[in-house]
Amino acid sequence: MMSSNFRRRPLITIGQYLILIIAALIILFPIWSAFNISMMSDTEMGSYPPLQFPSAIRLNNIRRALTQAPLPRYLLNSIVQSTLVMFGQLVTACLAAYAFAFIDFKWRDFFFLLFLSTMMIPWEATIIPNYLFVRKLGWTDTFQGLAVPFMATGFGTFLLRQFFLKIPYDLKDAATIDGCGSFRFLITIVLPLARPALGTLAVYSFLQTYNQYLWPLLVTNDPTMRTVQIGIALLQDEERLMINIIMAGVIFILIPTLSLFVVSNRQLIRGLTAGAVKG
Amino acid sequence: MPQSQMQNILSTNNQQKISLRAKGKRKRAIKNFIEAMLYLSPALILFMAFVFIPLFRSFQISAHITDPIGRLAKFVGLLNYQRLFETPNFANSLKKTFLFILYTVPTSILVSLGLAVLGDLRLKGISFFRMVFSVTIAISGATASLMFKYIYHPTVGVNYLLSLVGISNIPWLVSQQTALMSVALTTVWLQIGMNTVLILAAMQTIPEELYESAMIDGASGWRRFIHITLPLLSSTFFFLLVVDMLAAFQTFTPIHIMTSGGPLESTNLLVYSIYREFYFNGKFGFAAAQSIMLFFIMLVLTSFQFVFVERKVYYE
Repeated sequence: MMSSNFRRRPLITIGQYLILIIAALIILFPIWSAFNISMMSDTEMGSYPPLQFPSAIRLNNIRRALTQAPLPRYLLNSIVQSTLVMFGQLVTACLAAYAFAFIDFKWRDFFFLLFLSTMMIPWEATIIPNYLFVRKLGWTDTFQGLAVPFMATGFGTFLLRQFFLKIPYDLKDAATIDGCGSFRFLITIVLPLARPALGTLAVYSFLQTYNQYLWPLLVTNDPTMRTVQIGIALLQDEERLMINIIMAGVIFILIPTLSLFVVSNRQLIRGLTAGAVKG
Repeated sequence: MPQSQMQNILSTNNQQKISLRAKGKRKRAIKNFIEAMLYLSPALILFMAFVFIPLFRSFQISAHITDPIGRLAKFVGLLNYQRLFETPNFANSLKKTFLFILYTVPTSILVSLGLAVLGDLRLKGISFFRMVFSVTIAISGATASLMFKYIYHPTVGVNYLLSLVGISNIPWLVSQQTALMSVALTTVWLQIGMNTVLILAAMQTIPEELYESAMIDGASGWRRFIHITLPLLSSTFFFLLVVDMLAAFQTFTPIHIMTSGGPLESTNLLVYSIYREFYFNGKFGFAAAQSIMLFFIMLVLTSFQFVFVERKVYYE
């Protein structure tokens, strides 16, 4: 099919490839130029007209960035925070979604609407009291301060409930007759069936938390507790630092996420779209 | 006599049975309710502590003047709201935020649609291009903002390359005419990845037979795109419209990293303005009033979209 297409209309196919390549180059340009700048020496940075390529592959700037800021520590902080939020959301959303899908209780619709209404309340509308509250609890510069406020999710509960509703209710009756309690039913039957939806929620909540900026900016002051987004942004406040060193820091934290993206691309995309498209 | 007695006994028996059954039902309802509450309680407690009570507290703070560390000092009623409308800052932030939405949302959806169409071509190696088109999923707002900040840099940035093709010296972040657009460009680039992935995934759920029968009817590629692809994508567009708009409304990271609201307040978007008022200026009440306004505007926007736009959306 493909090759016959090519034989029939070679010009169109070549044109399509050309457009694809141009589009790809435009999208990759910011990353590409960050890579180049990160490898330039200080004298190369000062030349005019500006060099587009470094004269050699230099990793020296990354080392200089690392002496300015403990980037690996920042990465670790972000990973811990995101993992905590991810597990917290999975647990609270599974439990709540199970009640909404499998238990017939009074005021169920009211509680469901209450959960949905949290999606309509922007986080920024509550950020001032939350900041004051977390400060009062003494949770600034702690992982609980970074993670606990985000451990419940209206969106995740909704997503999982929609998925749980597709599981035949007969399964629950059969399980009850067999003497299987409702919690065991959730763990042994519902959760394995709901794996795609759980995957979507896990990917989504991890990425969301990893990208957080405003909240960690407010609740962390201690340099060892900074998350990677804040840490990298604060590099530019170091006045001695030149752009090539800041870009080297950017590249240092981009490499792990980009490689993860390339390696797990298929699963990641499937996870992200399973909920949004079908749900 | 025995018969009537029997009837008597039977009827009381029945009554007892009925009341027993009712009792059993009520018991089960109570048991179900308690069980459900146990399942809901972890999420409910968190929502109470970090969403509902804080929302109430936001209202409360917005009606007060506070001391510099945020303790309520004096009840002032609607004074903070009155001040919002008297000073030009809030109107400016609001205007810039809407402009920002206008710059980013349609652009990123249209560009993503184009990329999704390209990614849907049946060519060898297309999965590589799909991966490139979605690469910004892997990039955070902070790293993207830093990369673009130096792309916009007057000496080491992209201006030299542009001058080679005859476009001279765009002032990017330093001029109040171009700063907001430059920030918007960063946001568009960041959103493209996720938008393209979602549009492409929706395109691939369109059944092949639809295209085949349209081809038999002699519909050209362009007409197939207009009459089959676009209508079937409308629910995805609606979803993206809502999600991207809310995200644009809450934009903070690129402002904090690239412009700090300047030059001359030209990029002082709403959330950045809230942050600056309470975190730097210690005006907690004034900032809370702004955040309550943000809450209501977003509420109106989402309801509006659900009422008016969703009607025109085609669902399978």
